Amino acid sequence: MFTIRVQQDDFDLSAEHALIRARHRDVGAITSFVGVVRDVNEGSGVSEMSLEHYPGMTEAALTKIVEDAAKRWNVIDATVIHRVGTLQPSDQIVLVLVASRHRGHAFEACEYIMDFLKTRAPFWKKETTPDGSRWVDARNADDEAQQRWETK
Amino acid sequence: MLKVLYFASIREALGKDAEAVEVPTPATVGGLVELLRSRAGPYAEALASNRRWRVAVNQDMVGLSEPLKAGDEVAIFPPVTGG
Repeated sequence: MFTIRVQQDDFDLSAEHALIRARHRDVGAITSFVGVVRDVNEGSGVSEMSLEHYPGMTEAALTKIVEDAAKRWNVIDATVIHRVGTLQPSDQIVLVLVASRHRGHAFEACEYIMDFLKTRAPFWKKETTPDGSRWVDARNADDEAQQRWETK
Repeated sequence: MLKVLYFASIREALGKDAEAVEVPTPATVGGLVELLRSRAGPYAEALASNRRWRVAVNQDMVGLSEPLKAGDEVAIFPPVTGG
């Protein structure tokens, strides 16, 4: 059973990491990715960010992404936590942990999960800049990052 | 009757997060979008073909040819920007 959570509260990387280690004795590698709010985007200062999601679909989409990763690589355990609500620069937004027997699988599966999260999981960012608030545009680079897994 | 949900910039442009919509059968996602675009008010601009948006039916992302049936939950939203 993978851990998938969408929450307003912050998360604790060490605590989530310890939970995975406590559950398994055959894990040899745990990769982690933490996404953080920047104070600049598209040339403007960002003082605050709010994240909206589609309750129900978001959790289902994240579960499917992790399950798809587990079909391609050895994934013994995984945790995905994504925050919603209002965040400030340097706040944590997203955590992905992947536990495998060996590091190669853990690295690749973690990157795959982030690339699909960016293009398939229904979250939307709105940022506050000195010129007012604006919805963040989807980036072509994210689509390309996701598409490279189709040919691998 | 369909339950149609709107998110993010599309929700703001339309000024609502959900509504019930009656579509003639057999219906598809493309047909629903055409019907909404033909309405007065902000729909045409919010759903203009040169704008980018995505559709999910019963919480699965689908294409315009996807068939719809009574009671489906249809969500229309801009490309996602999480992570």
